[in-house]
Amino acid sequence: MSYLEYTVKTVPSGIRKLLFLNWPLALLLTAVASVGFLMLYSVAGGSFTPWAEPQMKRFALGVVTMVLVGMVPIWFWRNMAGVAYLAALALLLFVEFFGTVGMGAQRWIDLGFMRLQPSELAKITLVMLLAAYYDWLPLKKVSHPIWVALPVAMILLPTFLVLKQPDLGTALLLLIAGGGMMFLAGVHWGYFAAVIAMGVGAVSAVFQSRGTDWQLLKDYQFRRIDTFLDPSSDPLGAGYHITQSKIALGSGGWGGRGFMQGTQSRLNFLPEKHTDFIFTTLAEEFGFLGAFSLLLLYTLIIVFCISSALSNKDRFSSLLTLGIALTFFLFFAVNMSMVMGLAPVVGVPLPLVSYGGSAMLVLLAAFGLVQSAHIHRPR
Amino acid sequence: MRRSPKESADGARRITRRGLILGGAQLGFAGLLGLRMRYMQVEQADQFRLLAEENRINIRLIPPARGEIFDRNGMVIAENEPSYRITIVREDAGDVDQVIARLSALVELDDEDLNRALIEMKRSAPFLPITVADRVTWEDISRVAVNAPALPGVTPEVGLSRRYPLGVDFAHIAGYVGPVSDYDLSRIEDPDQLLRIPRFQIGKVGLEAKLEENLRGKAGAKRVEVNAVGRIMRELDRREGQAGANLQLTIDHALQNYVQARLGQDSAAAVVIDCEHGDVVAIASSPSFDPNLFVRGISVPDYKALTENPYRPLANKSVQGLYPPGSTFKMVTAMAALEEGVVTPEDTVYCPGYVEVANRRFHCWKRAGHGHVDLQTSLRESCDVYYYDLALRVGIDKISAMAQRLGIGERFDIPMSAVARGRAPTKEWKKQTYDQDWVIGDTVNASIGQGYVLASPLQLAVMAARLATGRAVTPRLIRSIEGVEQPSGRGESLGLNENLLRQVRRAMFAVSNNRRGTAYGSRILNDAFRMAGKTGTSQVRNITAAERARGVTRNEDLPWNRRDHALFVDFAPFDTPKYAVSVVIEHGGGGSSAAAPVARDITLQALFGGDPPLAAYPEKDRARIKAQQERLKRERPDPGSSGRGRA
Repeated sequence: MSYLEYTVKTVPSGIRKLLFLNWPLALLLTAVASVGFLMLYSVAGGSFTPWAEPQMKRFALGVVTMVLVGMVPIWFWRNMAGVAYLAALALLLFVEFFGTVGMGAQRWIDLGFMRLQPSELAKITLVMLLAAYYDWLPLKKVSHPIWVALPVAMILLPTFLVLKQPDLGTALLLLIAGGGMMFLAGVHWGYFAAVIAMGVGAVSAVFQSRGTDWQLLKDYQFRRIDTFLDPSSDPLGAGYHITQSKIALGSGGWGGRGFMQGTQSRLNFLPEKHTDFIFTTLAEEFGFLGAFSLLLLYTLIIVFCISSALSNKDRFSSLLTLGIALTFFLFFAVNMSMVMGLAPVVGVPLPLVSYGGSAMLVLLAAFGLVQSAHIHRPR
Repeated sequence: MRRSPKESADGARRITRRGLILGGAQLGFAGLLGLRMRYMQVEQADQFRLLAEENRINIRLIPPARGEIFDRNGMVIAENEPSYRITIVREDAGDVDQVIARLSALVELDDEDLNRALIEMKRSAPFLPITVADRVTWEDISRVAVNAPALPGVTPEVGLSRRYPLGVDFAHIAGYVGPVSDYDLSRIEDPDQLLRIPRFQIGKVGLEAKLEENLRGKAGAKRVEVNAVGRIMRELDRREGQAGANLQLTIDHALQNYVQARLGQDSAAAVVIDCEHGDVVAIASSPSFDPNLFVRGISVPDYKALTENPYRPLANKSVQGLYPPGSTFKMVTAMAALEEGVVTPEDTVYCPGYVEVANRRFHCWKRAGHGHVDLQTSLRESCDVYYYDLALRVGIDKISAMAQRLGIGERFDIPMSAVARGRAPTKEWKKQTYDQDWVIGDTVNASIGQGYVLASPLQLAVMAARLATGRAVTPRLIRSIEGVEQPSGRGESLGLNENLLRQVRRAMFAVSNNRRGTAYGSRILNDAFRMAGKTGTSQVRNITAAERARGVTRNEDLPWNRRDHALFVDFAPFDTPKYAVSVVIEHGGGGSSAAAPVARDITLQALFGGDPPLAAYPEKDRARIKAQQERLKRERPDPGSSGRGRA
């Protein structure tokens, strides 16, 4: 297959591409990021340092990246999918051996000006690879066992490496995003039913393994699950995060305590108030209205992505856009569930809002792909 | 290849259908999140509204009391004392400069502390309390409390802080605590919430660090009502934490105090081990430092003085320091050769003052030579050639194995920082480390504890204890944790030939009791407490042939760091060994002149459990010893009277 398949002539060229950018999507992203700046400013006690200012700089860099990635024709990205995937795998292997250990897990490569988390990259490149794969694979073969086994291997390889770091949260996200891609591509329902049944079996095996010498999870991971099931059992040990987070969230009420007035989330000892738990501060200071508005913004981003994907006749573009939307959705859904006590604490940031350089850059680059698919869609 | 229009259309339809299903699921979940938000923030808000209006319930951790450390007799080594400090919250203070000006009128504020506080205040969030004065008196606290209305944002706080009443004596054993740093946190997987408390203290070095888990205890909790600025209004309920475990050491504080004082300001280390259980009754490294300085936060000039001191007061030389054991290693070479049967105690070797091996001349310390020597005379007079000869016969591997059996090259599991392994070199070791073959000269050097052999003062004391008992005595520093007795270091028999061992001990006895022994000047006269020992003088430089020809430069004429190390190991009483002692004086000169007298004094002090009667010393030394005892007494007033004792 070649790029000739795309009707090149009707695609805008040069600087005119900017006009065909998915502008509503770009504006929504900026709006969400602005909420992030506001919260980081507030969490720092009304100061642009140490978080809000670097975050703004990174966002600017990210937007430039997004536009640049968007200007490059989508077929180039399709051809790059395999390379990108392998590069991400190589980086994952690299951290396995040389990464910086932070909070007991090996996750980063220190680039000097930022810390790169290869697991972020792995999520996007996995989606790219699967989209390219299903674009290439004739439809009739999609549910054939061999052609199902191949993408499963593609998913499990990075998942395994991420699990070794150990980063359970990201590993699960990879699995779900990969599974979602297979579902979108039209793999037979039966496979999913089988996997879900096996998943239930595996979960019970994990719990059976506890305390034996073939224990499958680390002790702290078990404790996190315990706390999730009953946070009040140990409000000071492992349940501390969830309890504190819920109190802060609930005390926000309808309208919140007002900007910079969220004493609850600032006075207590929430350790990652500027990263994973930043939603708590928002919910406390701006209440239900603020929190719900952010959720609405996120949902709109998803809606715009889905509508762009479904109106796109190119199979790769369509799959890629849906996959990136799903990844993005998983980020905020898991994070919000976590702070609201619906999911265990797994360490997933709130996309575009939590402080963190590489997550934001990678995410905006991914939205660059969505833009590219949008600009270069067959007309 | 190109897809048929039909297939492509079918694919598009399927993506559309499944895309809608998945999209719908996502929207559904988002809706669920919205509902949950509504439930928590609107419907359940009643529960939180009361708190949201003016007071909130907050959970505060109660730091547990850190476990205390006692010596073997119940003397306090590390304790917690209430400490009062004054903190300021920038947000509540408003005009910080004005508040501090008023505060300094009431309480004496240290300029350095104040500057540090102001810098810290600028860097951290405005609602965090910053300490401006630490360890203030109760009077100061009362004055601040009375004037509270004029001092917004100022709070007097009570906390526990660590104190080491015996300071210098136990600095290297107990170590010290300090506030948790980011570096500390980064090393711990899933750190305890407690460590996030500002200024929470964690063990930094020594016992405090090694047994941190035991000493720390478990956090308690209290639920408190706090007002809008986070000040505690009242306490609702509390759950007490669990205090850390108390430790009892095997150290005897009085002996430790004596040993530290006896080493004085020399760069030296000494270890005393109880042969019975392996209890370390004293382990000192000098010069030492005051650990209390670190707890308070040491000032830059003080810290600089410690790190730039050439005698390295921060290093715990007794376990970290590695030295060529010199002639104290000769017992190892002798036991290796005797056990192998390549020599009997009665066999003699002729010492002409040197020996030629592989075209190199290896000298005895005595230029004229010792003539015909056997085991007794060679050890007594520390003849080097005898041991060169033995080593050539038995080989390095057997010597190395014997050194390991006697404790050199074994990393003892005692809770001190950076316990060194030492080195009993083998051929494979040299190949792996330097990629060079072992040469015969290496064996010759190793036979008298030079060259590649390295041992710590602790290992030397263990070696003496093992020679004295024939058992694999291992050192024990912790006697009990929270009343639970720790395993004894008595050890099983080493399986050495008891008859040969006795010969070596007798030779060691001669060292400090025979008129011709190298440590005769440091003998003990009391018949019940006779001591057996061995001197060692280890070179830290090469002596060239030219230097040897014109006469070896005397130690006194060399710069300090080029002089020989002085060593001595002993055990006493000879018949029923009770204590094994090692002394290393860095660049101290000769083992018999510098180390042996110190070791003898320490041994006597241990045996008598206090100052020994002068009758135990040789007659001509008594006046000098008396003066020394009095001087040491003046310099180290008995800590038992000033410190808080506890049984």
